[in-house]
Amino acid sequence: MDQIFTTALRFGDNAMVLGQRLTHWISRSPTIELDIAFGNLSLDLIGQANLFYELAGKLEGNGRSADDLAFLRDASEYYNVQLVEQPNGNFADTMMRQLLYVTYADLVFETMKTSPQKDLAAIAEKAQKEMIYHVRQAGEWVVRLGDGTDESHEKCQAALDNMWPWSHELFAYDDVDEAMVEQGVLPSAEHLKTQWLESLGEVFKRAGLIIRDDNWMPGGGRKGLHSEHLSYILEEMQVLPRTHPGAQW
Amino acid sequence: MTDLKKEWPLFEVFIRSKHGVSHVHAGSVHAADSTMAMENARDVYTRRSEGSSIWVIPSSEITASAPSAKAALFEPSDDKVYRHPTFYEVPDDLEVL
Repeated sequence: MDQIFTTALRFGDNAMVLGQRLTHWISRSPTIELDIAFGNLSLDLIGQANLFYELAGKLEGNGRSADDLAFLRDASEYYNVQLVEQPNGNFADTMMRQLLYVTYADLVFETMKTSPQKDLAAIAEKAQKEMIYHVRQAGEWVVRLGDGTDESHEKCQAALDNMWPWSHELFAYDDVDEAMVEQGVLPSAEHLKTQWLESLGEVFKRAGLIIRDDNWMPGGGRKGLHSEHLSYILEEMQVLPRTHPGAQW
Repeated sequence: MTDLKKEWPLFEVFIRSKHGVSHVHAGSVHAADSTMAMENARDVYTRRSEGSSIWVIPSSEITASAPSAKAALFEPSDDKVYRHPTFYEVPDDLEVL
């Protein structure tokens, strides 16, 4: 029970933080079409977070709602991977972070949706449909940025170099994850990484990008250890419900 | 932003809302190529489940009738009411004609 609670919270937090990050592009995107696209991507992710939080609250049994979990926890109680809290940077940075995460999420949900844990399976079933589109959207952009002008290529390769170290945490499984693998909720880290690299490899080949791994492997987000970025994200996101507890639209 | 818009061509977007009806012009999007135009069209015009199929076509590929040709093209049919299928009753439960 606790393990499923933790798993639901982790995936809820990943989606919540990434969704919140993406909202910052709204009104700042290169074109109005992308402005709307970022709104859609954010809403997909925040919707997923809502479902995971509702389940976590139900499993916990202390009456915490999805809103309570989103707005009344501090950074040290958030269990998202540090990848999703990385700053938006330029458009290539954002799209690269997006590609690394959503490719992972798509593969995880593929396993989760067939798991005997029915509540998680139902969320994964819905979320994966959204992830398939996110993977395609991010992939097409990374190809065009990487295979674009010299400047565009340089920025896109730099984005890959910047974001890559943060991806290692996706596969740093702990006891909870291993238990989830046994229960058929998560794919094994090894299997997941192989498929993830295969999927990314096709995109990077078309984009003309190379993975330059320097073996720096930061992590700890899923245990509640975060970069300072998360505090700023949460401060902005939580200021209203914390200042006016119980406020309703 | 202005520069990007100058570089990106315009695409016209056609959406079919359900099976059995035609694609209808929904609007236009700017995009680098037709694949991205499709993605943009999906994001801009189908976010409230409007569609089951999307067509995008470069606006430059469309040949339009000239406004000055309006009279010659359309007025001759104004006085030919017998071309309208109004002389029989349409069944009530027919949704799409």
